Amino acid sequence: MEFVFAVVVGGLYAAGLYLMLQRNIIKLVLGLSLLSHGANLLIFTAAGLTRAHAPLIDEGGAVLIGRTADPLPQALILTAIVISFGVTAFMLVLVHRTHQETGTDDLDDLRTTDT
Amino acid sequence: MLTAICSGFILAALAPWAHRRLGDKSGWIFSLLPLGLFFYFMSHIPGLGQAAAHESHGWIPSLGIALSFHADGLAILFAALISGIGFLVTVYSGGYLHGHPLLGRWYAFLLMFMASMLGVVLSNNIIALFVFWELTSLSSYLLIGFHHREEESRYAALQALLVTGLGGLAMLAGLVMLGMTAGTLELSELTTRGDLVRNQPEYLPILILVLLGAFTKSAQIPFHFWLPNAMAAPAPASAYLHSSTMVKAGVFLLARLSPALGGTAAWTGLVGTIGAATFLLGAFLAVQQHAMKRLLAYSTVSALGAMTMLLGVGTPAAVKAMAAFCLAHALYKAALFLAAGAVDHETGERDVRRLGGLAGAMPFTAAGASIAALSMAGIPLFFGFAAKELVYESLVHGHGVFSIILTFVAVASSMLFLVVAACAAYLPFFGEKKQTPKHPHEAPWSMRLGPLLLGFLTVVLGVFPALATPLLTPVAESILGAHVHLHLGLWHGVSLALTLSTVTVAGGLAAFWKREALYGVFALPMRAAQWGPARWYDWMLQGMMDGAKWQTRVLQSGYLRYYLITIILTTVAVMGALLITQGAGLAAMLLRRISATIWELRYYEFGVAAILVAGIAAVVHSRTKLAAVAALGVVGYGIAIVFVIFGAPDLAMTQFLIETLTVILFVLVFYHLPQFSLRASSQAVARNLAVAVAFGVVMGLLTLIAADLRGRPSVSQFFLEHSYDMGHGRNIVNVILVDFRGIDTMGEITVLAVAAVGAYSLLKLRLGRRADK
Repeated sequence: MEFVFAVVVGGLYAAGLYLMLQRNIIKLVLGLSLLSHGANLLIFTAAGLTRAHAPLIDEGGAVLIGRTADPLPQALILTAIVISFGVTAFMLVLVHRTHQETGTDDLDDLRTTDT
Repeated sequence: MLTAICSGFILAALAPWAHRRLGDKSGWIFSLLPLGLFFYFMSHIPGLGQAAAHESHGWIPSLGIALSFHADGLAILFAALISGIGFLVTVYSGGYLHGHPLLGRWYAFLLMFMASMLGVVLSNNIIALFVFWELTSLSSYLLIGFHHREEESRYAALQALLVTGLGGLAMLAGLVMLGMTAGTLELSELTTRGDLVRNQPEYLPILILVLLGAFTKSAQIPFHFWLPNAMAAPAPASAYLHSSTMVKAGVFLLARLSPALGGTAAWTGLVGTIGAATFLLGAFLAVQQHAMKRLLAYSTVSALGAMTMLLGVGTPAAVKAMAAFCLAHALYKAALFLAAGAVDHETGERDVRRLGGLAGAMPFTAAGASIAALSMAGIPLFFGFAAKELVYESLVHGHGVFSIILTFVAVASSMLFLVVAACAAYLPFFGEKKQTPKHPHEAPWSMRLGPLLLGFLTVVLGVFPALATPLLTPVAESILGAHVHLHLGLWHGVSLALTLSTVTVAGGLAAFWKREALYGVFALPMRAAQWGPARWYDWMLQGMMDGAKWQTRVLQSGYLRYYLITIILTTVAVMGALLITQGAGLAAMLLRRISATIWELRYYEFGVAAILVAGIAAVVHSRTKLAAVAALGVVGYGIAIVFVIFGAPDLAMTQFLIETLTVILFVLVFYHLPQFSLRASSQAVARNLAVAVAFGVVMGLLTLIAADLRGRPSVSQFFLEHSYDMGHGRNIVNVILVDFRGIDTMGEITVLAVAAVGAYSLLKLRLGRRADK
């Protein structure tokens, strides 16, 4: 099943990059979002997909029993999700203000620092 | 000795301030330091027969780098020249640059050079030597470019720095290799391990790299062109750095390393041939010049070639001749440069053809210059004669065709030396008086002292050459590593060398007499010389600039997509090449993965994957903003479901929350933005699609390869085992985040806070509208 999700990861990266290569600044933000989804799913898939249980220790127990999903990539991804939200939020505000100030959504018009 | 060197640097640092305090007389006061150092180094001479003075201070002991100094004969000769001529030049500067607003800075550069140069000749550690070596290049740059408002000065300074600096880098590589091969960085030990070094396969690369450093510094062909251009420097710097001391650093290094590297066919061939070619060609080029300093500069190139050639020959007689020639050259060339500077300073004229009869107005300068010129021409009773006799002596007693050629080179060059000497001293000072831009009068005492004192020494040593033996014998001994007997005499009896001297003087006089004809003969080769190494340097510099411009134009387009494409294609190419080399294993792994997937995959998993792919396609394809955002939300929720299926409830929860928030944010912002209106050309679409698909394929493959890497112990095991007993929590992911990797989470929160502050201030920021719009 890793194969199927590897295909999805490839699709996320390809689509994310394709959108970032457009002139439209909105598509840049959309592309970046897809790219961060891709990164999260990559870590998740690369660590090996386990249909088994979540890495939770049973009530009253002290040690994990039986096969569970790997907790480490999950911890990494959790951090990544939150950070990418912060980045996306900042990007959106930046795009919004850029459009307000310059009146353009074309990246080609934003090549220089002077307006 | 460390104190001696440091004192120079300290005085250099204080010089600009002290000059402001002391005023006009500062040159005389600063010169006390070089004078004191001169006597300090001279005091070493009686002890040179026994063990040489040695001292060492740790610097980077783990690498074998030390500030160690060694005062043997070779070091003392150079140190005496550096401090002695340094004294005269410091005094001279006060007169030459009298009233110049930057005179204080000048003294700083000059003293810094003196201290660095002393460091070069006294260093016993090759890395320390290299550091001082580069410091001399640096101070040379500052001195040549002293008139920094003039284009010519800046060009010449940069040229000198680039040529000697690049040579220095090659030399550093050579020295490091030499140190590794010989197992020591200390020169005194290195020189005893010559046989070890010469028998290694690394010998030839080491030799070539070291020679590159020495040849660039000592202006050997084809690197000679920077030295005449360096005449843009004020005369005292030319007299000091570019004739008598710094340019001899290359010769010094050859002499220093000849026990370790010399004595092979490669050494004799390279050093001897390049030296001889420079000797002859430098003299030829010198005769063509009419500006006094350029005339002398080319003859310096030639003299450096002579010394290099003698070291290439490497016989005891040649080494002795080199030592004598080095001293003689330093004395007469510094005097001639100082006199040339005085003439330029007092008359405002540099072209020897437009000067004449100055002896009446400038008797002292004329006397000093004439003595120096006679010494340069090799006339008996002047020290240059004794040196030239030794040169001839060492060459005529060699064997084979090579020594016959070298003898011919020496005689021809010496004839041309006579012509140069006559042009530099006879033409300006004697003959009929000519009109000059300034009314000529004698230079001040500070500027007379140098030529007179150097001239006096030349005569004394010329009449009693034996006086130089205590200084010169140890030089030859430290190069040859054996006891030598040096006989410097006025009269050697009628010998082949004396005959050659007679021929030289007669031929030289004839050449001077018919010099107009000489210019005609040389006209053609001179035109060829225009396409010589100096032109190559310009081409290379221009090529580098054009290359940089081209590269900037190509790489720094200002368009985000080209930066992205460059980065992505590079990654794809590198990774792709690696993947292709692993092709067979990769194909097997893919097949295994696909067949496993067909058997294992459950229908709802396939369903989620299909929804994800459809969502991705919809994000790319949608024509309206809102549709794109909705599709993005589908992708986000789809990923959350993947997390649910594969045992990651915390992730799924976070993903649902964050995705919801993100979609709301997108909608809020997109409400204010225009619809998609820009259409790309089909060509651009095809290109973007190709890059994107290639990237996607590589990333997908990498994901699979990473998933396939199993069987190595994972840190996860630690977290699984100790989550409860150390972290007191049963949700292992949570324990990792808030306990084991708590600091990382702290960082994450900080990032969020920064993003929030940034977003808030962006919303509040109102750029001030410009008044003129």
